[in-house]
Amino acid sequence: MTTASLRLALVGAPNTGKTSLFNSLTGSRQKVANYPGVTVERKSGGFVTPEGRSVTVLDLPGTYSLRGRSPDEEITRDIVLGRFDGEAVPDLVLCVADATNLRLTLRLVLELKRVGRPMMLVLNMIDIARRRGVTIDLERMSQELGLPIVTSVAVRKGGVDELLKRTDEFLARSHEAAASQWTTPTIADLKAAQREADRIIAAAVTLPTKPDTLTNRIDSVVLHPVGGLVILAVILFVMFQAVFTWAQPAMELLSDGFSALGQLIHDVMPEGWGLLQSFLQNGLISGVGSVIVFLPQIIIIFLFILLLEDFGYMARAAFLMDRIMGGAGLHGRAFIPLLSSFACAIPGIMATRVIDNRRDRLTTILIAPLMTCSARIPVYTLIISAFVPATTVWGFVNLQGLVMFGLYAAGITSALTVSAVAKFFLWRDHAPAPFMLELPDYKMPRLKSIAIGVFTRAKMFLYRAGTTILSMMVLIWFLASFPTAPAGAEGPAINYSFAAMIGHALEPLLRPIGFNWQIAVALIPGMAAREVAVAALGTVYSIEGGKEAADQIGQVLAQKWTLATALSLLVWYIFAPQCASTLAVIRRETGGAKWMVVTFIYMLALAYVASFLTFNLAQALGLH
Amino acid sequence: MTGDPNSSQDNLQDIRLGHADRGFVGKIIRLDALVTGSSLSPQELEQRLVEMGFVEGARVEILHEGTIRRDPIAVRVDNITIALRRSEAMAVIVE
Ligand SMILES: Nc1nc2c(ncn2[C@@H]2O[C@H](COP(=O)(O)OP(=O)(O)OP(=O)(O)O)[C@@H](O)[C@H]2O)c(=O)[nH]1
Ligand SMILES: [Mg+2]
Repeated sequence: MTTASLRLALVGAPNTGKTSLFNSLTGSRQKVANYPGVTVERKSGGFVTPEGRSVTVLDLPGTYSLRGRSPDEEITRDIVLGRFDGEAVPDLVLCVADATNLRLTLRLVLELKRVGRPMMLVLNMIDIARRRGVTIDLERMSQELGLPIVTSVAVRKGGVDELLKRTDEFLARSHEAAASQWTTPTIADLKAAQREADRIIAAAVTLPTKPDTLTNRIDSVVLHPVGGLVILAVILFVMFQAVFTWAQPAMELLSDGFSALGQLIHDVMPEGWGLLQSFLQNGLISGVGSVIVFLPQIIIIFLFILLLEDFGYMARAAFLMDRIMGGAGLHGRAFIPLLSSFACAIPGIMATRVIDNRRDRLTTILIAPLMTCSARIPVYTLIISAFVPATTVWGFVNLQGLVMFGLYAAGITSALTVSAVAKFFLWRDHAPAPFMLELPDYKMPRLKSIAIGVFTRAKMFLYRAGTTILSMMVLIWFLASFPTAPAGAEGPAINYSFAAMIGHALEPLLRPIGFNWQIAVALIPGMAAREVAVAALGTVYSIEGGKEAADQIGQVLAQKWTLATALSLLVWYIFAPQCASTLAVIRRETGGAKWMVVTFIYMLALAYVASFLTFNLAQALGLH
Repeated sequence: MTGDPNSSQDNLQDIRLGHADRGFVGKIIRLDALVTGSSLSPQELEQRLVEMGFVEGARVEILHEGTIRRDPIAVRVDNITIALRRSEAMAVIVE
């Protein structure tokens, strides 16, 4: 036994369960979902085998070949070939295959053998294979391939025990790595390897007489040329209605709770502690509290997205949307990154690594921040609840939910438009690469992984509230409280503060789009994260209004803003680049500041123009 | 396999997968990526199709088609399902 830890790498075709294995080996919670191309980064973790060997394991992006045609596949290739900077070649390659779908992975296995690293084949999802009546002659297959084979069920407790045992046995012996004979396979090589893989499958695998038709039956409804699009629209529609109606009771509870807490602080604080009281009540409760209130909505939207991802619907949605996306000049694989951007643009931008062509990838990165991310939900909800009545239209539709749906639709439409325009002006001669995607079999979403997923997102949201948002709030509260008003001054004390000075300085710029100085102040810390604007407005108005106004920010806005201003701010948030982390990721993923600056400027320009038009139109229509 | 597109002495029963209708079941005879509407080079297109399992002898079936111009299509290739556009499927000659 050596002291240095041994290095394993998980390699395999997309969607075979590599990340699930990684999670169950190391106890991590990396993202798992039922579509190809979930993992786009190298992730490292460690564990100790039953016999006490300490092992480092790498989770890698899925790939059909070591050719490395897109940035994510290059990572896998470079690790396997030992070309990755700062990473030694793996001591053991665990090649992960989906036992129900061996053709493409076995061809990859044959290619990997040429690299010469010690290797073991893991037949994962053996539970599904057994249920369907697929029988695999492991001995025969192992003989044909010249490799040890183990089976596993990555998502079940104890499902990797055999893998652990065999890894120990494997590592106990010493293994000579052969010199790599790998060269980029030609088409003829690939075909020969595929024929060989098919021969081995024919020799070792018996398929059931009655194939699985459930996926096919679901697909004939879900991918129906007309019905499929209707179902997609209904799913999105229900999602946004749910964000409003289901979350309502929980949100009211939270918001009442924070009000009561504020009142309590107000009541029990001794006189003379005015400053601390103001900080707790205005900065913390009206600020950070006003963001935390949106937790139920965040949970609901993630619940929907995770369920769809785990079920296997995402690849179908990409199929349905392909022609529309292609019409806007987008690459066939742009859909899933854009859909992930509904949660947050950052993983969405990372997911564009599956796109092989650089221009196509850039276009997708440019428009990803226009998709309505979950951080916009607090802003939208706040304004919608304050200005749109919660009436029912057409008998069953919640009007607030409908407006929300409209905002999402506006985000999508503008993203497609920007893409079409970018293609037209920048890359007119460039035809986007085609759509080619494996449609995985449907899987029953697993309660535990959904629960973990939702919990992780909720924790992240609260963590942000406790860090970024909290620190911004301290700043805002300070700026809005100091300097204090001179003795005998008239009007609210905040009018003499730094915040008012900054706000008034910016106001002339923003007056044409209907923003007052309070909004101007909220937009600057709102660059840190979109929700901060909500918290900042909460703090500013609560300090301005004094104690009695400290409770419901929505009611305050309804009194202080005209409808034209509210609409203008909604439109601003569709477009404005109000997220520093997204800009930073764009910079990292495009390898320079240029595209970050381009994104920032175009989004800012769009936001200003659109808000200007909205505000003036609304005013002309007399919406006060 | 003929490399020259002009000498297409295709068997009358041979059709391009990109032209086939929903419900079509057949077998791949060969790949010919020279004359398709794809934006990829013939070499690259053929390589990708092979990587996705489109090789001679594989059984193919068109399971579903999209809304606009019945594009894209979902094709069962042996026992996996691949979604692709008709313009790329043109490179697959089936019988
Ligand atoms: N029933 C069953 N499902 C599994 C098993 N392993 C993985 N899955 C499911 O298969 C899907 C894909 O799993 P992932 O771990 O994301 O696959 P991956 O290989 O990391 O995929 P990429 O990162 O896209 O290459 C998920 O829906 C998992 O829940 C298994 O052993 N049994
Ligand atoms: Mg993965």
